[in-house]
Amino acid sequence: MATTSVPRNQVKQILSAIRIPPVYIFLVVIFILGGTLDLLFSDGQMFTNPAITMNIVVRSVALGIVAVGQTLVIIGASIDLSVAYLISVTAVMCSYIMQGDANNVPKAILAVLGIGVVVGLVNGLVITKLRVNSFIATLGMSLILSGLINATFSNYTGSVPQSFEYFGYGTIGSIPVSIIVLLIFVVAGWLLLTRTKFGAHLYGVGGNREAARLSGLRTDRILIGAHVICSLTAVITGLFMVSRLRSGAPWVGPDGIYDLESIATSVVGGTAMAGGKGGVWGTLAGVLIFGVLDTTFNQLGVNPYLKTVLRGVIIVLAVASYTFRAKKEAA
Amino acid sequence: MTTSTVTQTDSLKVIRSIWDWIRRIPPVYPVFLVIFIAVGILNHNYQTANGIMTFLRRVSPLAILAIGEMMVLATGGFDLSIGSIVTMVVIVSSLLLHNDPANALPTIGIMLGLGVLIGLTNGLVVSFLKVPSFIATLGMMLLVRGGALYWVGGAPQGYLTDNWRSFGRDYLENIPLLGRVPYALLILLVIAVVAYLIFHRSNFGKQILAIGDNVRASQLSGVNVRLVRTMVFLISSVLAVIGGVMIGGYGGVNVTIGQGLEMQTIAACVVGGTLLTGGKGSVPNVIFGAFTMEAIFNLLNLLGLPKPYKDVIQGLIIIGAVAYVSLSSRKKA
Repeated sequence: MATTSVPRNQVKQILSAIRIPPVYIFLVVIFILGGTLDLLFSDGQMFTNPAITMNIVVRSVALGIVAVGQTLVIIGASIDLSVAYLISVTAVMCSYIMQGDANNVPKAILAVLGIGVVVGLVNGLVITKLRVNSFIATLGMSLILSGLINATFSNYTGSVPQSFEYFGYGTIGSIPVSIIVLLIFVVAGWLLLTRTKFGAHLYGVGGNREAARLSGLRTDRILIGAHVICSLTAVITGLFMVSRLRSGAPWVGPDGIYDLESIATSVVGGTAMAGGKGGVWGTLAGVLIFGVLDTTFNQLGVNPYLKTVLRGVIIVLAVASYTFRAKKEAA
Repeated sequence: MTTSTVTQTDSLKVIRSIWDWIRRIPPVYPVFLVIFIAVGILNHNYQTANGIMTFLRRVSPLAILAIGEMMVLATGGFDLSIGSIVTMVVIVSSLLLHNDPANALPTIGIMLGLGVLIGLTNGLVVSFLKVPSFIATLGMMLLVRGGALYWVGGAPQGYLTDNWRSFGRDYLENIPLLGRVPYALLILLVIAVVAYLIFHRSNFGKQILAIGDNVRASQLSGVNVRLVRTMVFLISSVLAVIGGVMIGGYGGVNVTIGQGLEMQTIAACVVGGTLLTGGKGSVPNVIFGAFTMEAIFNLLNLLGLPKPYKDVIQGLIIIGAVAYVSLSSRKKA
């Protein structure tokens, strides 16, 4: 009796520390609904074939990694609309520098990480020092990146060496490397938010920037830090994309609507757009919900345009499901 | 001696009051003037009434979109669905027209009806489900774009009839002094006057700004926040339909015609001095904001810059414009 209660208590403690957000219930409901529809109208593989379930997660990796960064920025009451084109820049620069040669891999990775740091720094500095609204600052950055990348490259450029494809296609045991990377990022984001001073300060800045500043926080540095981290997650997503696609093209980021979808998944996962509230576990659920929906639609053979319609409706309904009770008016 | 000092201070006063008046001119007007003159120097077409009218024909739709977006921004919200609405208007119209000019007006009527429906839905979702407008209109953007493409089967069917296109393409001929005046400009003028009266001269306009300034305070002082919010989304969508008819008239059928237009419109509003946090906006200023954006694109074209660089410049401009405003007013970003 006593021996079993100890680990159970520990499990409970861990669970309460993670604070599983209610959106996971939504995820399970969507999965069961999707699987049932699949069972009724298609071959029912969503329930029976673990490969399909695994595929849901692999497809979520690209969006998931950048969504972790986006969540941090949104918690800081900011936003980053430049991630989609940063993903493109990363993918293209990476395959351009690598040119299929494994010797160039470290050089390419260093280069794109450098680009990520610069983009994040500029975003953060423009928002904090020039006092530009984050929506406009990062939208402007997105336009600048899109212009530069489209002016320089017009198609798939270069390629990645086979060894680099390990990130996208490799497995450790039976678990894909990409899923492990995604989990590492989610756990790192969670630790950063809940176990470090930076995280606590970020919630403070997002909750009330002026109050945080008056109580002695260096609000500018915290926000700049969040933006640099967000840009770096976009770079990692870009690396993952190019290792899957084997070559980068300027449209890989915007085609995936990673800017708006990473925001949508954060909000679906319970992070408030006004800042100061939320977490990365909720975002992971949001990302998985999108993955389940995608897979369900594919299984059912839904028309691609109808898919876009349903996706729009579901984003709004998912957010509405917990905002509609709020007393405060939305903006 | 005394008289001379009196006149001196008097003239100083006059100069100072003129200077004050000049300082109060929103920066968008001198900026537009400078860029437009530069365009005129580089391209002699713009020195003629005809050239200016051609310019106005092209910018009028963007100005109309900007008026609607500005009203939403002034309440502190966003409307990201307008680009998709423009796409919908163009490609669904090409289907509904069946290449028959007689269908033009009914088709536009149907589009306006859809615009009302979309705006109403946006407004109700934001007001009653309390979904942030960024997410609500982002969802609507996907819904409208996907729905329109599904409706026409993925590719535009048929073409736009000449009479449908005349709103955005044709001119009123033989006008004294001006030569010819585009219908697009006339439509913009009518909408601008009505919007000016609504936004700057009516109670409703003051309520829009009050909500943008402080929702709670406006609510407590008796503003029907939900009604006003719903109305601005409605106005924005309907103006997007009107702008869409003109853009389609000018540009023809194209599935990507509305892509990125919401961002361009928001940029025009920002250049026109609209605050994204709400509480500030002006109809004439955003019209000139739209003019300025288009003039800048013309200038870049004339300088021979390839299209991708236009994006870079557009990005720099909107960041610069907002940085200028917020640094000079020292308001929190």
